[in-house]
Amino acid sequence: MRVSFTVNGRPQRADNVWEGESLLHVLRERLGLPGSKNACEQGECGSCTVRLDGVPVCACLVAAGQAEGREVLTVEGLAEYARQRDRARPGPGGQPPGTAPGQAPEEAPAGEAGEASGEASALAPVQQAFLDAGAVQCGFCTPGLLVAADELLERNPQPADADIREALAGNLCRCTGYETILDAVRLAAARTTPAAAPAAAGDGTGERPC
Amino acid sequence: MEFLRPESWDEALAVKAEHPAAVPIAGGTDVMVEINFGRRRPGHLLDLGRIAELYTWQHRPDGTVRLGAAVPYSRIVSGLGAELPALAMAARTVGSPQIRNRGSVGGNLGAASPAGDAHPALLAAGAEVEAESVRGRRLIPVEEFFTGVKRNALAPDELIRAVRIARATGPQQFSKAGTRNAMVIAVCSFAVALHPGRRTVRTGIGSAAPTPVRARAAEDFLAAALAGGGHWDEPGRPLGPETLREFGDLAAAACDPIDDVRATARYRRHAVAVMARRTLAWSWRAHRAAGAGEAPGPDSAIGRDDDEGDLACV
Repeated sequence: MRVSFTVNGRPQRADNVWEGESLLHVLRERLGLPGSKNACEQGECGSCTVRLDGVPVCACLVAAGQAEGREVLTVEGLAEYARQRDRARPGPGGQPPGTAPGQAPEEAPAGEAGEASGEASALAPVQQAFLDAGAVQCGFCTPGLLVAADELLERNPQPADADIREALAGNLCRCTGYETILDAVRLAAARTTPAAAPAAAGDGTGERPC
Repeated sequence: MEFLRPESWDEALAVKAEHPAAVPIAGGTDVMVEINFGRRRPGHLLDLGRIAELYTWQHRPDGTVRLGAAVPYSRIVSGLGAELPALAMAARTVGSPQIRNRGSVGGNLGAASPAGDAHPALLAAGAEVEAESVRGRRLIPVEEFFTGVKRNALAPDELIRAVRIARATGPQQFSKAGTRNAMVIAVCSFAVALHPGRRTVRTGIGSAAPTPVRARAAEDFLAAALAGGGHWDEPGRPLGPETLREFGDLAAAACDPIDDVRATARYRRHAVAVMARRTLAWSWRAHRAAGAGEAPGPDSAIGRDDDEGDLACV
């Protein structure tokens, strides 16, 4: 079957999709977006976390056909998404410090033209914080953690430690012991001034247009 | 395989009538695992994700919440904690944020796992499953819905449209034993609901029998103890330790557990007794607080700091 949906702001179409195929498989194997990782295939590890119409989900548990007409955000689009969100925010704050323009994203979109140029290659604040805090070891869990952590900070810019632990409870890491990951989220939050709190962000509780 | 994408409920019923073996899919948190691992190859997948009404709930005049089958757990947690406290607490323990954003009570019922987190809460609150086919609609009391391990009372052409759950009129609690606080299939679980208006008590046990079950002897014992002790009329009265202990022992006696990778049958019985005692103690404390004019919290969490029992609870 054919599946058409929006990925990282861009219309995409995949043909000859098997009806039992997951969104994760379509992203990785048909659209050349291998940032979302394939590990447990049962929703246990969170390494395939993407946002579906804004809501963090395990892409391995979404049937490809269920993504028809919907909007998907993957780690490949995180930097641009964060930039646009930042621009849309009223008041002072703007671009948080610490971003390193020109640095390539953790995993560059494969076969995707257009996004790898100039400003678009800068990192999202949460990505920079992961680098600065040393929260990346083998890196396999990182894309899912970035998407989950970014969504947390969008809905709760100054999370308590319990909020961070709760938001990342579905993302497993076998390397770090999580401490540096918690540090990274705290760092990203600290770099966001309270004045830059998201007025436009949703509540993230699963509201979805149907 | 064919992917069927009805745009309306009536269309979904027609499709299910035409393809009774079609597997309904909403959040996919159970169905996709089976497909990913090659354990299931249905001829038809029936996607319910486009049917907006399944993602909503209504407050009915008869005092029930009509919860659409596909409302994700995360929205139950954020939106129904006051009306359905035990279910909201159970929903809070499901998987991870990603899973709670997709999984739903309809899916939990459809899978009918004895370990489903929603089931004890539905049993305790009192609920009816709205099952529908092109032949018509019927309401199945939730205690009659589970017919065996991963088996339910649905006919092949039926779909779950909603669950009608009694709104809480008294304290409710849910407790779940597992190895961590997230991503855990229940080793066992327990829910209790006090219904002061009807002067009854209801319970639900998860993962300690082939199906989720009520501990009816424990319910009857407690209702009699509360009535006999004048507790309903004087909510300030404490519950004696012997009442708590007997309630827990009767709850354990209602279990029919097995040894498996998650725990032994012996441990499950023990844990259910502890959780029953503990959730009852929490509930009664909240009831007393409410009787004394203190408003119980939205999740009736008053008193959850006590250290009754010897089991770490979620």
